[in-house]
Amino acid sequence: MDFRFDEDQELLQSTVREFLQGEVTPESVRALWETETGRSPELWKQLAEIGLPGLLVPEQHGGMGLCEEEMVLLIEEAGRAALAEPVISTAAVAVPLLGEIGGNLANEWLPKIAAGEAIAAVGHPISPFVEDAHVANLLLLPDNDGALHAVPRDAAEVKVQPANDPSRRIASVEFKANESTRIASGGAAAGLFAASLDRGALACAAGTLGVCDRLISLAAAYASERKQFGKPIGSFQAVKHMLADIKVKLEYARPLVQRAAHSVAHGSAARGVHVSMAKLAACEAATLGAKAALQTHGAIGYTWEQDLHIWMRRAWSLDHAWGRSAFHLGRVREALFAGTLPIGPGTTFSGDA
Amino acid sequence: MDLDYTQDQRAFRADARKWLEANVPSEPLKSFDTAEGAKQHREWEAQLNAGGWAMVPWPVEYGGRGANLLEWLIFEEEYYRVGAPKRINQNGIFLLGPTIMEYGTPEQKARFLPPMAASEEVWAQGWSEPNAGSDMANIQAAASRDGDHFVLNGQKTWASRGAFADWLFGMFRTDPESERHRGLTFILVPLDLPGITVRPIEQLDGLPGFAEVFFDDVRVPAEHQLGEEGKGWNVAMATAGFERGLMLRSPARFQATAKRLVELARLHGDAVERSVRDEVTRCWIAAEAYTLETHRTVSRLLAAGKIGAEASLNKIFWSELDLRMHELALEILGDRGELLPEAPAAGDVGGWLDGYLFALSGPIYAGTNEIQRNIIAERILGLPR
Ligand SMILES: Cc1cc2nc3c(=O)[nH]c(=O)nc-3n(C[C@H](O)[C@H](O)[C@H](O)COP(=O)(O)OP(=O)(O)OC[C@H]3O[C@@H](n4cnc5c(N)ncnc54)[C@H](O)[C@@H]3O)c2cc1C
Repeated sequence: MDFRFDEDQELLQSTVREFLQGEVTPESVRALWETETGRSPELWKQLAEIGLPGLLVPEQHGGMGLCEEEMVLLIEEAGRAALAEPVISTAAVAVPLLGEIGGNLANEWLPKIAAGEAIAAVGHPISPFVEDAHVANLLLLPDNDGALHAVPRDAAEVKVQPANDPSRRIASVEFKANESTRIASGGAAAGLFAASLDRGALACAAGTLGVCDRLISLAAAYASERKQFGKPIGSFQAVKHMLADIKVKLEYARPLVQRAAHSVAHGSAARGVHVSMAKLAACEAATLGAKAALQTHGAIGYTWEQDLHIWMRRAWSLDHAWGRSAFHLGRVREALFAGTLPIGPGTTFSGDA
Repeated sequence: MDLDYTQDQRAFRADARKWLEANVPSEPLKSFDTAEGAKQHREWEAQLNAGGWAMVPWPVEYGGRGANLLEWLIFEEEYYRVGAPKRINQNGIFLLGPTIMEYGTPEQKARFLPPMAASEEVWAQGWSEPNAGSDMANIQAAASRDGDHFVLNGQKTWASRGAFADWLFGMFRTDPESERHRGLTFILVPLDLPGITVRPIEQLDGLPGFAEVFFDDVRVPAEHQLGEEGKGWNVAMATAGFERGLMLRSPARFQATAKRLVELARLHGDAVERSVRDEVTRCWIAAEAYTLETHRTVSRLLAAGKIGAEASLNKIFWSELDLRMHELALEILGDRGELLPEAPAAGDVGGWLDGYLFALSGPIYAGTNEIQRNIIAERILGLPR
């Protein structure tokens, strides 16, 4: 048993962190808000060069062949930078879904995604919207009967719905379902959607860790500078204690996210519950973090000019995506009260109870 | 990341389980805050020691098993799984023991650790004084050097288990000119010396859980000084880290409580509001998070590394979780939640009420949660003092 990341994994994370620090700034995030798609094809290309979209693509299809353990580290960095590119929809959800579908669809699209030449977006029965559908080349969508369809974007009608976070682009999508678009139905489709939900929620949880950490450091930096009553406001305990509480929440959400990544990567039977635990805890930390960071900033935090809201909005949008907190709490509650989970000392790690 | 146990670790668990299942007393012991309970607990600890399970992570020569921290977590899981008694000598085995291993001379290790492991010598912690609570650097109890002895004068208070302990460890001001955390020395004091008065204090549950200790020209041999003279603060900080951090608060304890809480809520079925079930669920998740975070810390410690200010994160997390779980249990029990164990209609509620009263002290002892928040804000988040 070793609950740590190895050196290669940590190196990968720091490489991506440094890259994003250089390329994704509050100014560049804001600049993209003004564009039609809100996405940057050049940046996506660069991300492909460092391997991000193809992280989970098997090596024979030109990807890095890594797993969700690495994925959560990189998506945490995406959150810290407030990166808008479709990392979650394409890299974390669509790629493994295509892998599970297999066949021609996987053979055709996985190499293109790994090369940064294509984007894929995934819809889910729990949401009326599809994130990043407007820039996707391939859409993987549910129909009203819960079957799964693969539809080229050109064949669908995509209507972007302006949302609270200007980086988040969600769309309603209409398409003509037929025999040729249908990939799976019934239990098979349900299984694929369930796996996608776990992956999407896991990725949101991971991104949220970075968002929350950034919110805390923005607040701590501001509190160290801003003076009232002749002293930095960060020397007042009301401010200190508010931020300390968020730090506690963040650091105890982190291991839940890492364990969930391990469970998804290894196909553990408890993966759904583990993912829900992680998303719930991480999103709670970040949404509370958003409130605390805003309170710390006072009125200046309430302005559009100040960068704080870039991360506040990201915390809210990740909380909404792939199942809100109440949904995930419900999943854990039902499993816990159904008595199907082994609980108590010695049951946390599988196979030892 | 490898979240499986090795064959050896599984075998270790099986050994611990087998021994504990065969030896754990079938009837619960009396509270160790009563004379009779203290005696029962010492007997249990002696039995644990005879079986070689008293202090699994200690070196064999001091009565331990030489196990690593991960094995210790496994042992704790088995210990709480079978519902074995609380450890009467926790101040010794979990706090002072590791401190002696770090700062003690070879003679001190040989002298103090084996009887500590056997709980032949039960220890009390003497930090607090009437005017040195959160402000621990305000210690006034004095130790003046007289030849090869220290002469102690002053008072300590709130010493847990003080009423039934044999020894006390704490800081005394050895330099009368000194201020704050300078000039303090860490000293080990037998409580039966002439000039010592121990006055038990009843806690919220009515039992003498802690004591105040008065020193009136008490002569202690100088070799009972732990670490350097005047450097007691550094030694004490190591001990405090053990108390807030993982040694004293192994996750199994909170997992066992979370499990009982879930079972209680299930037992009461539909009578339990959904909002309460949600809170129970959150508590169980938090107990799991605490377990996972501890394993992450232990993995890091095994690979080299030290616990720093993050012990303050632990302290807030476990103390608030423990209190919340007990509050919820009383909520689920409804009117029965206020009954004392001897009330005819009490049934099995007694454990929760006692646990609740004890959990209330979690945010106070081991450094109050306000003090921990200050530490997190200043040392981890870098906010100004
Ligand atoms: C069950 C129990 C067991 C204990 N066992 C032991 C023991 O074995 N040995 C021992 O030495 N002591 C023991 N203690 C004492 C414990 O360590 C102290 O109670 C604790 O350090 C707080 O000190 P105090 O009680 O003097 O409270 P005070 O320091 O007077 O604090 C009172 C309140 O003021 C707040 N406060 C104080 N300073 C600040 C600040 N700077 N910022 C914000 N808030 C502040 C505190 O957080 C607290 O809420 C025990 C206490 C309990 C309840």
